[in-house]
Amino acid sequence: MEHEAHNPALLHHFVDAQQQKNAASLGMWLFLVTEIMFFGGMFCAYLVYRLKYFNAFAAGSQQLSIALGATNTAVLIISSVTVVLAVKAAEAGKRKVLVGYLAVTVLLGLTFLGIKGFEYREKFERHHVPGPTFQFTDTFDDNGRQIPVDSNEAQLFFSLYFAMTGMHALHMIIGCGLFSVLAVLAWRGHYSPGYFTPIENAGLYWHLVDIIWIYLFPLLYLISRHS
Amino acid sequence: MASAVIPANQAPKLNYLNNGHSLRSWLLTTDHKRIAVLYLISVTTFFFFGGFFAMLIRLELLTPQGDLMQADTYNKVFTMHGMIMVFFFLIPVVPAVLGNFLIPIMIGAKDLAFPRINLLSWYLYIIGGILITHVMLTGGVDTGWTFYSPFSTEYTNTKIVEAGLAVFIAGFSSIFTGLNFIVTIHRMRAPGLTWSRLPLFIWANYATSLIMILGTPVVAITIVLVAVERLFHLGIFDPRLGGDPLLFQHLFWFYSHPAVYIMILPSMGVISELIGCFSRKRIFGYKFVALSSIAIAVIGFLVWAHHMFVAGISLYAAMIFSFLTFFVGVPSAVKVFNWTATLYKGSISYATPMLYAFGFIGLFTIGGLTGLFLATLGIDVHVTDTYFVVAHFHYVMVGGVLMGYLGGLHFWWPKISGRMYPEGWAKLSALFVFVGFNLTFFPQFILGYVGMPRRYWQYPPEFQVLNVLSTAGASVLAVGYLLPMIYFLWSLRYGPIASDNPWHAAGLEWKTTSPPPTFNFEETPVVTWEAYNYDEIPDKELEAPVAR
Amino acid sequence: MSEHEEHTTHSQGFYIAIGVGLLIGTATTVGAAFVNLGPFNPVVALLIATIKAIVVVLFFMHVKDASEKLAGAVVLSGFFFLAILISLSLADYLTRSWR
Repeated sequence: MEHEAHNPALLHHFVDAQQQKNAASLGMWLFLVTEIMFFGGMFCAYLVYRLKYFNAFAAGSQQLSIALGATNTAVLIISSVTVVLAVKAAEAGKRKVLVGYLAVTVLLGLTFLGIKGFEYREKFERHHVPGPTFQFTDTFDDNGRQIPVDSNEAQLFFSLYFAMTGMHALHMIIGCGLFSVLAVLAWRGHYSPGYFTPIENAGLYWHLVDIIWIYLFPLLYLISRHS
Repeated sequence: MASAVIPANQAPKLNYLNNGHSLRSWLLTTDHKRIAVLYLISVTTFFFFGGFFAMLIRLELLTPQGDLMQADTYNKVFTMHGMIMVFFFLIPVVPAVLGNFLIPIMIGAKDLAFPRINLLSWYLYIIGGILITHVMLTGGVDTGWTFYSPFSTEYTNTKIVEAGLAVFIAGFSSIFTGLNFIVTIHRMRAPGLTWSRLPLFIWANYATSLIMILGTPVVAITIVLVAVERLFHLGIFDPRLGGDPLLFQHLFWFYSHPAVYIMILPSMGVISELIGCFSRKRIFGYKFVALSSIAIAVIGFLVWAHHMFVAGISLYAAMIFSFLTFFVGVPSAVKVFNWTATLYKGSISYATPMLYAFGFIGLFTIGGLTGLFLATLGIDVHVTDTYFVVAHFHYVMVGGVLMGYLGGLHFWWPKISGRMYPEGWAKLSALFVFVGFNLTFFPQFILGYVGMPRRYWQYPPEFQVLNVLSTAGASVLAVGYLLPMIYFLWSLRYGPIASDNPWHAAGLEWKTTSPPPTFNFEETPVVTWEAYNYDEIPDKELEAPVAR
Repeated sequence: MSEHEEHTTHSQGFYIAIGVGLLIGTATTVGAAFVNLGPFNPVVALLIATIKAIVVVLFFMHVKDASEKLAGAVVLSGFFFLAILISLSLADYLTRSWR
């Protein structure tokens, strides 16, 4: 387990590099649990209100663009693949491939954010942003039957939409920033097959943000779409 | 002959306290022991802020009329008392002070797994603390520490967002501490130190850390949602839009109930150490005590809506939560039974830490039992939101958490500072604390039962006698808290120098010097013995040695 | 004490295949949303989402390959307590109208 000339990244309170790596990994997993519980509170709020105000939630959901949401889902899934491949490249010591995959990941993340920004702007134009300017006159299309919904309840849907996707977008921004920094450090040769823990752990973070979107997409975009 | 005290002419060795004297070496330290001392100073400061507000409450309640301050001001006073005491004292105190100091040493490690994150935790605590102090100085918050919507989201004009931000940041301090502890305990135990050889203080902090990780993020998002509702009109809890104020309460209490187990579990861990040492016996039923810590952590997540019995939840939900709440008392009772069984046929001595341990067992039991009264739906309807509840939680938080903390602080003071405190003054303080505490809070059980509501700044005249007793008790309690401040500080300069193991206690922390060197041990220990091996530890005098 | 975690030695193609599988899952979710399954629409959507999440955790986050299952236990406990939050809150909301 000991390296003869120890890796300069080894911190001295650890017995060896393996202990340090295992500690960092467990630490990141625990942090991910906090993220699950953090978003979880909003998922709980969403579920409670969806059950209570189904029609309004369905009407709100029907105003979102499935095409854009699905595209964003695909973008994130592909970015998760590039992250895994980046880790693989790091493990194999392929510096340029690593940087390449990290850069692509950031680009995909920015693409996601761009599409999200486009969607937000559209919401703004249609007065679907909660607050004093909120107006909602659309109906719930239930198999052809148009059911009017309470505008206040629709505002609850959009409050949750913005809170949840907004918080998710914030985490994406942090992730893009993180990977940008790691890409620069990787370019400068900070990582080797003996030490690439930050890439792995940032990858874990990114995958979790992906998983959160995997749940957000059907819950927000796909309520009662059959008609 | 071993003694507690070594001659003062022995030159002090290099230890964590004298290893660097500059302010920078303290403020940029990554040594868990120094960080613990930084926390000790800051947590004590906030304790006195919270205590100041308590004093204002008790002064106002000396008379039935609201004559010391306006009603609105009183709302702010009890809110700041609660907020500061809960988030800036009770939640961090034992883990951040004693846990930070002891956990690496108790498991034979050089430091926590993430020393820089440990320092970050302290800075987050300080930033949160500065924000709450600013709130305190610029008008305070008046919602109660519980921030209930829609008052907090809609109607109050006090600094909710800033106070919420303070609590949010302090919450991350807590999360990072818990994360650090879990990783440290899993990954950095010394060779031979299996889970079943760990001191119960470690098990207790491990369970606490589980709660910190799982629960704190939920109150974090709740605070965020309150803030966005106030700032951006995203009305998640707004009843005018169809929002449910009870949803706020569900999300809030999902953390805030387990939070009380964050407060008590580490203190219970301290008690296990004290009982073992001062009865010179292995803790009876070690495995049960260890697992009961985990059980409290897990079951503690299942009971939160017992704070909402009269808030408007369905009767069926109330019955479910009442039923589950009875279960959470069981592992606590298991601990009390096991500590008592440890005392049986033990060789008991009455040093100050043990006095606090005895106080804990009695007062926590009363507090815990009254919790069961509150879990009983029929009784709760009568006493909820009265002083009965106030008395209940002060019995467990002050009679429990704080006494455990004081016991631990006295027990490990020689290890932390290298000095012994004056035993006579310490015993006197313990007496003041015990008498003062009971005089303050026992009358409140009666007050609540006969109908005095909490958070009221005036009351019917027939309640005055009990209120006056309570305030008198608070003055005595205050003396009991001030005395240790004085003699601990005194001991730093004039106290007798402590030996490595003045209590002849078991545990790796006593196998290194007092105070320990920066990296804790000259050589990493290899553990081949079970915890609390008091039958193997030589004990020259049967009673615990006392400082002269 | 430290245990050795094996490293991911799956091929590039393996991970791309998993990615394609996830994309197919997404397409299925969208397609299923347009079919009237009555009350089972959200069930199907969440089921597919959960399968995708499990796949990401096991393969992309390497939980399947790790010799020590601590990471898996950690993430499972996160979802478990989230389930507690949701289910016990719903125990209130779903029974509010009961007599």
